[in-house]
Amino acid sequence: MAKELIMDIKDFSFKYAGAPKPSLMNINLPVYKNKITAMIGPSGCGKSTLLRSINRIHDLYPNNEYTGEINLLNIQKNEFENILDIKKENEFIKLRQRVGMIFQKPTPFPMSIYDNVAYGLRLSGLKDKNILDEKVEKALKGAAIWDETKDRLKESAMGMSGGQQQRLCIARAVALKPEVILFDEPTSALDPISTKAIEELISELKEFVSIVIVTHNMQQASRLSDFTAFMYIGELIEYNKTDKIFLNPKEKLTEDYITGRFG
Amino acid sequence: MNRELIFKRVAFSSATLILVLLLSIFIMLFVSAKPAMSEYGLHFLVESNWGKIVKIKSDKSKAISQKTKRSADKSDDLFADEDSPMFSDQTMPGNDQSEQVVKTKTIYGGFVPIMGTILSTLIAMVFSMPIAMGIAVFLSEIAPKIIVKPVGIAIELLAAIPSIIYGMWGLFYFAPLIQKVIGGSQISLLTAGLVLGIMILPFMAAITRDAMNTTPDVLKESAYSLGATKFEVVKDIIFPYAKVGIIGSVILSLGRALGETMAVAFLIGSVFKISGSLTSPSISIPVVLANNFGEADPQMMSALFYLAFILFILSFGIIALAKFYFLRGRR
Amino acid sequence: MKRLMINKIVLLLSTFAAIIGLVFLAWILTTLFLKGIDAINWTLFTKDLIDGGLRNLIFGQFVMALVATIIGVPLGMLAGIYLREYGRGVYVNIIRDLNDIMMSAPSIVIGSFVFVVVVVPSGGINGWAGSIALAIMLIPIVVSTTDNMLSLVPTELREAGIALGGSKHKVVLDIVLKAAKVGLMTGILLAFARIIGETAPLLFTSGTNSFWTTNLNNAFPSLTVSIYDLANFPTDKARNLAWAASFILTITVLIINLVGRFITRDKG
Ligand SMILES: Nc1ncnc2c1ncn2[C@@H]1O[C@H](COP(=O)(O)OP(=O)(O)O)[C@@H](O)[C@H]1O
Ligand SMILES: [Mg+2]
Repeated sequence: MAKELIMDIKDFSFKYAGAPKPSLMNINLPVYKNKITAMIGPSGCGKSTLLRSINRIHDLYPNNEYTGEINLLNIQKNEFENILDIKKENEFIKLRQRVGMIFQKPTPFPMSIYDNVAYGLRLSGLKDKNILDEKVEKALKGAAIWDETKDRLKESAMGMSGGQQQRLCIARAVALKPEVILFDEPTSALDPISTKAIEELISELKEFVSIVIVTHNMQQASRLSDFTAFMYIGELIEYNKTDKIFLNPKEKLTEDYITGRFG
Repeated sequence: MNRELIFKRVAFSSATLILVLLLSIFIMLFVSAKPAMSEYGLHFLVESNWGKIVKIKSDKSKAISQKTKRSADKSDDLFADEDSPMFSDQTMPGNDQSEQVVKTKTIYGGFVPIMGTILSTLIAMVFSMPIAMGIAVFLSEIAPKIIVKPVGIAIELLAAIPSIIYGMWGLFYFAPLIQKVIGGSQISLLTAGLVLGIMILPFMAAITRDAMNTTPDVLKESAYSLGATKFEVVKDIIFPYAKVGIIGSVILSLGRALGETMAVAFLIGSVFKISGSLTSPSISIPVVLANNFGEADPQMMSALFYLAFILFILSFGIIALAKFYFLRGRR
Repeated sequence: MKRLMINKIVLLLSTFAAIIGLVFLAWILTTLFLKGIDAINWTLFTKDLIDGGLRNLIFGQFVMALVATIIGVPLGMLAGIYLREYGRGVYVNIIRDLNDIMMSAPSIVIGSFVFVVVVVPSGGINGWAGSIALAIMLIPIVVSTTDNMLSLVPTELREAGIALGGSKHKVVLDIVLKAAKVGLMTGILLAFARIIGETAPLLFTSGTNSFWTTNLNNAFPSLTVSIYDLANFPTDKARNLAWAASFILTITVLIINLVGRFITRDKG
């Protein structure tokens, strides 16, 4: 199977401002194009920290320290660029439009459903009403909530159910046509039915984007992902195709974790 | 009765004391203001004279029994200016009781202090709101962590400084500066309003910042993840999210400015005049009360209570609006 | 990019606003400290106003605030306890809202009220009237603090107390109040700091007094009311005395606030 890299994390270490020791140590992790890469591991092992490094959301807070490389494929130039070199504000903005992020709890903005989806598009300078309408519709369809929302686009997004809100957030991210979407435990605040809907959505999305997902839920990782990385106390213990990790882990720690002997 | 019941009753009575106090304030102010209310009615609100003495025909008015201390000569002058037809009417021969002719009545009107209160509060709000918003945005979004804490504490401490200090500083340091820069009188609506603004600034900044800080970090991070700038996050996320709290904070500050006495008393002057210019002296309701309560005769006293009643209703209304409409379910 | 420019400009403006605000506030404090330190000397604390000192004023202000606290704290705490521990339903919510409104009532209006109900019946301004006016300012603050602090005490603690066979008021007094002790202390300190700097409610209730007195039935010396008089007096000597008094007042208020903060920080 031909696999194409979209991201390559090399020797990445990360220490929070003022923390006594690093939260991530020498992480090496490839991310393949149009695949789903899952990160699993016990609470506090650094999954969110790693995920949040990939779109440099960490840089909203000063004085964190990091070393290594996070290389992202520039599709036009067909070459990798180290996103850790980014310093200028406009490059940050571009990076975040290329790498979208979905959080644990749904984060609808205090505005209408339509405006939520249009928000990122408007920021990127799109003003034409017709094109906006079109793109919003496409994104909502892409996130499988068009049918539920098409008659109430002007209503506040705060009135939707948790599962709907999460799909709205996905639509909002998808609208910008990112190359990568990062999911940080996107279903842990949702009921089983909403969870199933989101999982199906994520599987469909990989046709268009590459996905990195952090999850607590081992079944979710095994159901959804193509590759799985197991992390433990700031280190990446094992990375492989998902079926290999779950059926035939190489490391004792990994085995203990996936068989539920700790965590 | 057992102790449990006694304790409960005592606690209940104490809670009810709040209601009783508020009601008594309302009733006592109303009762004390009643003579002035029945004499001037709602015309009080638009009458701009304070303590003006006019002569009246005794057989028509029910209010004539009010005696005044002021000299008759002065009232004659005042009188002759405006109401001369009435004057000639009264001095017509044939009036059987000459004493009635010189009976006078003192007019008290609340227009000037009411306007003074509104204008000084308005100036204070216009001046302090943008700065307070700036400080709040600075503290919640811009400032590096190390200075957020000390500056935040400084602002809160400044909000605790007694208002009389602001007034004194305003009188001796700020007003002369304003006069140099803008001209006009040191004692004026403008300087009073500005000092009032500076006084409520820390309070408004602190509670606005608290309102802004209720915006969850993830919501901001989501916006940044879509490529928003800091300003866009403040404008599109924080303000809409914390809107209700921010408006509530502003209204609470407004209520505070409206009822403030000491920060204004040093600077507004004590002149019952609203001229076209903001740089001339005037007066506000709290200052009328502060400066005249001591030496008032019963009629003036009642007028003062009328003003106090108006102030109470105004501030009650504003705070109630903030509480019921904007700060609901905050606790 | 235009967006980035706007962003920069707005952030600069906001920072600038913060600087303006802080400059004003620093200006006030510097003035106060320079003038105050200049005007202050030890004899101010040993002489009364009539001899050019502040002793009786400081004492008077403190006594009235203290009497107000002694009257107001038990009432306010009991009311707060009722709201949080006993009451339910509409009545409690109404009282809460009214209490919030009381807290923001103009202090001069409270002065006028006390004038009618205390000063007029008792025949003239006196220290009790001043204390009562301050107590009326204090009570809503204490009610709100007590209400808030008790709400932080976990329900399990109450249930555990009841489960051990304590009656409700015992549990409230022995367990809940103890658990909320630090917060309550801080709240009361801050409320005290708030009323000790008040002027408007004292103007025509206690007035002020140039002489030493400990009799609350007299016109009672007030530091703040005398500051107002002195500052409007056209001699340098009077003004300097006003600055010294303001300095002492502000330092007192700031120290009480800092102590309050320190206590709560210790708890974490
Ligand atoms: N803002 C922060 N400052 C300091 N340390 C943090 C911060 N956020 C997380 N950490 C620490 O970094 C480690 C990894 O946390 P995180 O990435 O959130 O774990 P996970 O998502 O795997 O549960 C933890 O030990 C956590 O305590
Ligand atoms: Mg996490």
